[in-house]
Amino acid sequence: MNFETIIGLEVHVELKTDSKIFSPSFNHFGAEPNENISPIDLGYPGVLPVLNEEAVNFAMKAAMALNCEIATDTKFDRKNYFYPDNPKAYQISQFDQPIGENGYIDIEVDGKTKRIGITRLHLEEDAGKLSHTDEGYSLVDFNRQGTPLVEIVSEPDLRSPAEAYAYLEKLKNIIQYTGVSDCKMEEGSLRCDANISLRPIGQDEFGVKAELKNLNSFSFVQKGLEFEEKRQQKVLMSGGEILQETRRYDEQTKETILMRVKEGSDDYRYFPEPDLVPLYIDDAWKERIRAEIPELPDARKKRYVEDLNLPAYDAMVLTQTKEMSDFFEAAIKTGADVKQASNWLMGEVSAYLNKEQKELHDLPMTPEALARMITLIEDGTISSKMAKKVFSELVQNGGNPDEIVKAKGLVQISDEGQLTDIITAILDQNEQSIIDFKNGKDKAIGFLVGQVMKQTKGQANPPMVNKILMQEINKR
Amino acid sequence: MTVFDYTLEQLQAKLHSKEVTVTDLVQASFDRIDEVEDEVKSFLTLNKEQALEKAKQLDENMPEKTNPLYGIPAGIKDNIVTKGLRTTCASQFLSNFDDPLYDATVMEKLNKEQAVVIGKLNMDEFAMGSTTENSGYYDTRNPWNTDYVPGGSSGGSAASVAAGEVFYSLGSDTGGSIRQPASFCGVVGLKPTYGLVSRFGLVAFASSLDQIGPLTRTVEDNAYVLQAIAGHDNMDSTSANVDVPNYHDALKDGVKGLKIAVPKEYLSSQEGIQPEVREKVEAALEVFKSLGATVDEVSLPHSKYAVAAYYLLASSEASANLARFDGIRYGQRAENAENLIDLFKKSRSEGFGDEVKRRIMLGTFALSSGYYDAYYKKAQQVRTLIKQDFDKVFEDYDVIIGPTSPTPAYKIGEKIDDPLTMYADDVLTIPVNLAGVPGMSLPCGFSKDNHLPIGLQIIAKHFDEKTIYRAAYAYEQATEHHKERPNLGGAK
Amino acid sequence: MTDISKDQVRHVAHLARLAVSEEEVDRMTKQLGDIIHYAELLNELDTTGVEPTTHVLDLKNVMRKDEPRKWITREDALKNAPDQKDGQFKVPTILE
Repeated sequence: MNFETIIGLEVHVELKTDSKIFSPSFNHFGAEPNENISPIDLGYPGVLPVLNEEAVNFAMKAAMALNCEIATDTKFDRKNYFYPDNPKAYQISQFDQPIGENGYIDIEVDGKTKRIGITRLHLEEDAGKLSHTDEGYSLVDFNRQGTPLVEIVSEPDLRSPAEAYAYLEKLKNIIQYTGVSDCKMEEGSLRCDANISLRPIGQDEFGVKAELKNLNSFSFVQKGLEFEEKRQQKVLMSGGEILQETRRYDEQTKETILMRVKEGSDDYRYFPEPDLVPLYIDDAWKERIRAEIPELPDARKKRYVEDLNLPAYDAMVLTQTKEMSDFFEAAIKTGADVKQASNWLMGEVSAYLNKEQKELHDLPMTPEALARMITLIEDGTISSKMAKKVFSELVQNGGNPDEIVKAKGLVQISDEGQLTDIITAILDQNEQSIIDFKNGKDKAIGFLVGQVMKQTKGQANPPMVNKILMQEINKR
Repeated sequence: MTVFDYTLEQLQAKLHSKEVTVTDLVQASFDRIDEVEDEVKSFLTLNKEQALEKAKQLDENMPEKTNPLYGIPAGIKDNIVTKGLRTTCASQFLSNFDDPLYDATVMEKLNKEQAVVIGKLNMDEFAMGSTTENSGYYDTRNPWNTDYVPGGSSGGSAASVAAGEVFYSLGSDTGGSIRQPASFCGVVGLKPTYGLVSRFGLVAFASSLDQIGPLTRTVEDNAYVLQAIAGHDNMDSTSANVDVPNYHDALKDGVKGLKIAVPKEYLSSQEGIQPEVREKVEAALEVFKSLGATVDEVSLPHSKYAVAAYYLLASSEASANLARFDGIRYGQRAENAENLIDLFKKSRSEGFGDEVKRRIMLGTFALSSGYYDAYYKKAQQVRTLIKQDFDKVFEDYDVIIGPTSPTPAYKIGEKIDDPLTMYADDVLTIPVNLAGVPGMSLPCGFSKDNHLPIGLQIIAKHFDEKTIYRAAYAYEQATEHHKERPNLGGAK
Repeated sequence: MTDISKDQVRHVAHLARLAVSEEEVDRMTKQLGDIIHYAELLNELDTTGVEPTTHVLDLKNVMRKDEPRKWITREDALKNAPDQKDGQFKVPTILE
């Protein structure tokens, strides 16, 4: 029997507002435990939530970027469950009126574009963080409690672990472009749970699904789903039954491990949050937020190909992060050649970042500096070889390419008269080489170029040296 | 006559004429507490050292002009959070909650007025009850007859004012918890319009119904205390952004032409209204008529559904509001818990009393899967109908008047074992909370047999506390009930 | 009429994280049953098309600006904790 794989993803993204969603505590990653908290975050008796407007704006922005319809009337609800990291024993979330619904994103797998539906995007508060020890106790840090969070639920439209991977890449890409989240899985600002089920090809109803948790990177999502796909297949092929389970991906064994079998659905006893009043999002508010959304990666990619005549591959690579793409745009804005700028960013810049494990914003090099360096190559002021020295200086210490060139004495000799004088003198001293060349020994020209370079300490413009050398030899 | 017979205005005059000092007043409070507290048991926690220290400071730095609460000893219901002062909500769960870390907004406001907090007042645990017998510590007793309950849940708030232990107190009212004890103890208690007084720092029972309000000896004092605590608070999203009028200005305008509606349901024996209570209310209406008001009978047809709707809604909200008491960040933690779930269950079960558990169970059930629409949502719809009843009457009338409670206070232990009957007694106060309108109870007489106070309830439309004060003041000035004092501690 | 069973009472107690003895289960089954029966009085009313009231005042869009402030210290935060370790709240390990 052949099976079709059905995958749906639930992604949580933390929004990088300055303060928390319902309290004025600082919202940033990496503080000492229980440093960024207030009585509100601790769920002290008597405290009340007050909604952070920016969290709503950010959620709207994310929802719009994911092509969702934005609710006009929306509200918050209480989701009730006891857990040590959930201080009120209810999470303020959105139940039946999410801020965004019916969205989609287009993914590309094996050269084919596929549209994946987004059921809903809702706004809620994050929980604290629980760390387990081996000694029979756990510790709770509430710094994360109250961080604004959006939950993005996909339609069960994904048909393979590879599609799931592509969906996550695309989702992260889009959200990062909007600027509402860093989407760093390693810091927990993007988290993913996956639902997967199998059904015989041709069957309409979905099979029983398993929920995968503890997926700490996109590739673990893919690997976990691949394992689970095979496991379910084996169970079904042997006539077994899939149970509604929650399973954990183990990074060591590369297997999914049963956490618990779900009996029915959880009873969260949702009801409208009486401490918060409803939201009415009118058209003016929606339009104000829509206007703040920057050009998104797909649109940029299209423009790079159509307007800038870049190869599709370049457009894809450059738009993979907003930071790279913005850097590129800034560079070409100050006059750099489009293709050269693309080449440098995809080549030397990316290689350097990979080698040093750095991000673009860690570099002291500005887009203007890179653009200027490219112009200096173009107009012959420096050679490609010199450019490497300039580049090395720019990425390590920053600065102005013109000044670097000057300070390092890297200026190329491109003056035709000056070069002709040098070349004539060298030809005069090496008549044998001229003869050798005319007798068909091509190597002789290399020797002569070498002599020119030696005398000019490598500063002669190589294409010009070649050109003048040929002219002068032919004259003799 | 004692200092407790003076109004806030009179006390300010005496402070300025140096007839008394703040320290005298604060000391008088603690002396009176020493004298009668064994009988009444209004307080859970006293704040003696800090109160006397503050009194000293206020005496030393008294400005030329003072507002009415300057240096006046007050009692605070123990579900209002006080920084640095134990706050228990009368629950054993919070017996060690010595510093809640912050002040409720009403406390910040009282501090700004230079009020002096004498202590925290007993109540039904987490404000659930109408006798104060559900306190996790001890019963408070009715100062008029200590065999009787003071009402509840703000029993300590009402009893402390009636007993002359403090000059005023703050209570909270979710389904009658200020007005009913005010009625039982013969004091003036106001539940403001929902949203007029900030709930920030009021330990939530039912968030959509709770309001903090003042309990005082006189209507005028009540207006002064409300003036101090009312107003918009950006820490409470449900706080109304309205201008707070000057309540005192309205007091003496009289009731000539005031249109009074009397719901026939509020005087019906079907609702268990005792004939004696009905008589006193009818007599009060005659006073109003004699002062120039008009009185018509109206109907609030959905009144009989209010109690059922209220218990579903309030308990549902409470089941979530009280879930935070889990023994992790504050409060009691059970010992010998085997695992986390066990820790939650044991800590909560040891910390909560029966009534609290009963309401948490009811609320959890009403919200649980498969029952939400039939109970919670249905109750919210009925709430809409009840609110519409009030809206309709207020199209034509200025105030609604009736009794506060169907009966005067009952004996301690008389009803505690029968939750449903006890709930039904809130029939006259609950609709006011469901509609969110303001309501006041003020004394309108005493029962023949035991000389226990009977309360008159005045209800107005949203944010029209002014009209309540005007009507109440006119009635109070025309009658003598508020001048009577309970016979406690041998003193009259 | 809805009857509430002992098993339901046990389930609800678990959801609410309350430990209940068998004696309490018996008592609660009776008392909750009585209250639920009483509440069914509401079924007399036809509420078709009636909007539920969550908020009695017609407030909308109450929000604050995104301005952070420091409020309490970590020492304060842990002041009332029944158990703590290394600046964090200590709890028994979860066993489900």
